[in-house]
Amino acid sequence: MAQTEIIPDSSPKAPQAGPSPSLGGALARALRGNVRQYGMLVALALIVLLFQIWTDGILLQPLNITNLIQQNGYILILAIGMMIVIVAGHIDLSVGSLAAFVGAAAAVMMVKHHVPWPAAMLGALAIGALAGAWQGFWIAYLGIPSFIVTLAGMLLFRGGTQILLQGQSVAPFPKGFQNISSGFLPEVGPHTDYHNLTLLLGLAVLGVAILQEVRGRRRTASYGLELLPLGLFLAKLAVVTAAVLVFTLLLASYHGVPIVLLILGALLVGFGYLMRNSIIGRHTYAIGGNEAAAELSGVKSKRVVFLAFTTMGVLAALAGLVFAARLNAGTPQAGINFELEAIAAAFIGGASASGGVGTVLGAIIGGLVLGVLNNGMSLVGIGTDYQQVIKGLVLLAAVGFDVYNKRRAGS
Amino acid sequence: MAGPVLEMRSISKSFPGVKALSEVNLSVSAGEVHALCGENGAGKSTLMKVLSGVYPHGSYEGEILFEGEPCRFKDIRASEQRGIVIIHQELALVPYLSIAENVFLGNEHASRGIISWHRTLTHAAELLRRIGLDESPQTRVADLGVGKQQLVEIAKALAKKVKLLILDEPTAALNDEDSLKLLDLILELKAQGIACVVISHKLNEIARVADTVTVLRDGRAVETIAIGPEGISEERIIRGMVGRDLEHRYPERTRNIGEVAFEVEDWSVRHPIDQQRMVVDGASLNVRRGEIVGIAGLMGAGRTELAMSVFGRSYGRWAAGTVRLHGREIRTRTVPEAIGHGIAYVTEDRKQLGLNLIDDISRNISLSALGKVARFGRVDRHEEARVAESFRRTMNIKAPTVFTRTGTLSGGNQQKVVLSKWIFAGPEVLILDEPTRGIDIGAKAEIYTVIAELAAQGKAVLVISSELPELLGLCDRIYTMAEGRITGEVDRADATQESLMRLMTMSAASSNEQV
Repeated sequence: MAQTEIIPDSSPKAPQAGPSPSLGGALARALRGNVRQYGMLVALALIVLLFQIWTDGILLQPLNITNLIQQNGYILILAIGMMIVIVAGHIDLSVGSLAAFVGAAAAVMMVKHHVPWPAAMLGALAIGALAGAWQGFWIAYLGIPSFIVTLAGMLLFRGGTQILLQGQSVAPFPKGFQNISSGFLPEVGPHTDYHNLTLLLGLAVLGVAILQEVRGRRRTASYGLELLPLGLFLAKLAVVTAAVLVFTLLLASYHGVPIVLLILGALLVGFGYLMRNSIIGRHTYAIGGNEAAAELSGVKSKRVVFLAFTTMGVLAALAGLVFAARLNAGTPQAGINFELEAIAAAFIGGASASGGVGTVLGAIIGGLVLGVLNNGMSLVGIGTDYQQVIKGLVLLAAVGFDVYNKRRAGS
Repeated sequence: MAGPVLEMRSISKSFPGVKALSEVNLSVSAGEVHALCGENGAGKSTLMKVLSGVYPHGSYEGEILFEGEPCRFKDIRASEQRGIVIIHQELALVPYLSIAENVFLGNEHASRGIISWHRTLTHAAELLRRIGLDESPQTRVADLGVGKQQLVEIAKALAKKVKLLILDEPTAALNDEDSLKLLDLILELKAQGIACVVISHKLNEIARVADTVTVLRDGRAVETIAIGPEGISEERIIRGMVGRDLEHRYPERTRNIGEVAFEVEDWSVRHPIDQQRMVVDGASLNVRRGEIVGIAGLMGAGRTELAMSVFGRSYGRWAAGTVRLHGREIRTRTVPEAIGHGIAYVTEDRKQLGLNLIDDISRNISLSALGKVARFGRVDRHEEARVAESFRRTMNIKAPTVFTRTGTLSGGNQQKVVLSKWIFAGPEVLILDEPTRGIDIGAKAEIYTVIAELAAQGKAVLVISSELPELLGLCDRIYTMAEGRITGEVDRADATQESLMRLMTMSAASSNEQV
C-alpha cells in the first residue's frame, strides 16, 4: 500500500502560491502525471528528427508535410472516435468496413443518382450514425460484448459495400466533393511568397492558444491551486509558439492549409473539449475506469456507451467520405485494416486496454507516430513487409513501456 | 480420541495497518468436528487461509504441525497434497463441466496427459455413493441445485484423499433441508475418521455437529470449549463472541430527532441467479430525520442486498415492497431516480463499487453530482477542484493535492473520498454500508464524527455494520437481520451486544417459533 504524505492543514481560503517547489521537481511532477503522452510527444519528435536526417530533409518539405496530412487524415479521424470507444472500455472492429460502406453509399448517391454532393455527404453521415447506433444498441442495451458486435459489423458492412457497388468501383465524383480530401484553403489577397490565409489562420491559432493558456493559468491562480513555475510555463509557451509558426510557414510556402486539416483541427478541438470538459465526457472516463462504481454514482452507463458508438459511427462515415474523396472513387476494397491502424494509434497515444484512460490529443499523436513511420520508411525505401514488422514492434513497445511504468509506480 | 492431527501454534498475521491474527492456537484431533466462531472480521477466514497455504509460509508467524510434522505450505496445492482441503463459501465449480470432471479437476485420472474416462467415471460414482448423492457423474454441475453442488465440492475433497476438511460457512446458501443433509454428512465423514473445521454463524448447527468450539475475537482465540454429551447452549457461545471492548470513543450528540423521513416496507429481493432464493424477505424499516439507525447482521444476512436493492435495484431481482420518503411513495427503480429523491448509498466495497481508482480525488468526489459544478453541460474544473479542496480540508483527507489518484490512498482516506462524494450530492437519506471496514482507529473516529454531524443536520442515516460496539456507540435504534428477515428492532437504551447477537443468530425456524 502506498503511504501518502501527511500534509498539515494550511491556512484556509488564502490563495497560496504553493510552497514554490524547485524547477526540476515541478518538471518531474508535471511529466509524471502524463508520462505516456509526453513520452509519445517526445518519441514523435525523435522519429521526425530521425527521418528528417535519414531522408536528407525530404520529410519536412512542404510538399511532403501536405502529403502526410492528406494520407493520414482518415486514420486520424477514426483514431479520435476509437479513443472515445476505448476510454469507455470497449473496442470497435467495424470502422474500416463502415467507412467503406459509407463511401460506397455516397458514391452511389452522387454518381448513379446525381444527388448534389453536400446532400450526399449529409446522407452518408446519417448512415454512419444509424450504423453506429445499431451497434451501440446491441452492445449497450443487450449487453453483447463489443468485440463480437463489431466483428459482426465488420462482416456486415463489408458485405453491404460489395452489394452496393456490385463489385465495381463507382467514380468519378464532383470537384467539390474531392476537395474535402485534396483541396486547400483558397488563395486570397495580395501576392506574397506565402499562402496568405494560412498565415492568418496560423497566427489566429497561436493567439487563441496563448490566450487560453494565460487565462487558464490566471484562473488556476485565483483558486489557489498549484501552478507550473513561471519559467516552465514560459518555456512551454515558447515551444508551442515555435511549433505553430514553423508548421504554419511550412504549409504556407506550399498550397496552404489542406481542407482535411481544417476538419481534423475542428474535430480535435471539439472532441477534446467534449471529453475533457463535458459531463458526458467525464461519465465516459468514469465508466471505463470502474463501470460498477459509475453506475452506483448515478451514471447512465448504457446511454453513454450507446452514444459513444453512435459517435464512432459518424466519425467512421466521415473518414469513409474523406477516403473516397481522396481516391475519387467508391471501391469495395476501401478501408481494409483501417480499424487496426486506428486501434494502434489510440494505444500508442496512451489509451489503456482496460479503459478509462486516454485523450483525443493522444490519439492524434499516436496516429501521427504511425503516419510519420509509414511515410518516412517509404521515403527511405523500406518495403511494406518490413514496415509492418516495425509498426508492430512500435505498438508493442509503446504499450509495454506504459505497463512497465505503471507497475513501477506501484498501482 | 487420538492425539491432535493438526496443531497451529501462536499464529500471527498482519496486513498493512491491521493485525488480523495474533498468537492464535488451534488444535484439532483426528475425527473431530471443530467449529470456529466469531463476528465478521474476527479472523476466522484469515486463519484458515494461513492453514491452507493461501497465505504462504513466511507471510505469517508461528508454526503449523500436521500429523506431528511441521508444515510450510507455499500454496494451496501443497496443503492439498497433505490432505488439507478448504471449501469456500463461494463454490469453486465449473458450471458447464460434469460432476466427474469437476471432482477430478486438477487431479485427473490420466496417463501421459490423456484422461482415462473409465477410471474417472467409476471413481466418481464411488465417491458420490459415499457422500450419498444420487446423481449420474456425467450430470452437468449447472443442472444441480446449490445443496448438491456443495456435496460435489465435498466429493472433490474426498478425491484428494482429504484428512482435514475445512468448510467456510457451508450452509449459508442452503435451505433447511439441504443444511440438515450436509450436517449429517459431516457427522458421517467424522465417523470415517476425517477431521473437520467448520466456520459457521449458525449456532444451532454448531451445537448439533461440533465436538469443540474455538471462539475468535479481534484476531485472538479467546476460548476453546469442549462440548460434552450435555451439549452447549447458544448463549454460551454468544458470550464468547461479543466480549469486545468498547474501545472507541463516540462523538457526543445532542439528539434532535424529527418525523419519519424514510420508510421501506415489505421489501423482498430474489437472488440474481438462483431465483428461488429470497435474499431479502419482507423487510420493513424506517428512519427519522436526524436519527441514526443501525442494521446488525452476520455475513449473508441480507443487509447489503437490502440496501443496494432499495438504491436503484442495484442488486438481485426485486420481488415486492415500497419505499416512502416523508410519507409519499417514491420510485427508486434506477440509481439516478434514487439519487434524484435524495438517497445516497455508500458501499461496503469501496474499491470495486465506490471509487474510480485510476482517477483523482476531485473527479471522484464530483461524479455523482457533476451538474453542481457544471453549467450547460460544461464541467467547471476549477470549481470542481475548489469543492474537492474544501472536502479535503474538512474531511481531513490525507493527500498532497486533490489531483492525487485515489488508488494510491490508504483505506481510511479512500473512505473519506467516497463519503465526500455522497455528502456533496446533498442527500436527505444516507445509507452507509460498513463505513469503517478495514480502516485504522484514527480515521474511524473521524468518520463517526462526520456521521454524527450529518444526523445533526437533520439527515436520516442508516448504518450497516458488523461491529456491534460501533452500532451501540453510534445509533439511536438498531434493527437486526438474519437470513433475509428483520428479526428485531431494539432501542439503543435496551440493546446489549448479547441481545443483538441473539437476534442476529436467530434462524428462520426459531424465529417462526417465537412468532
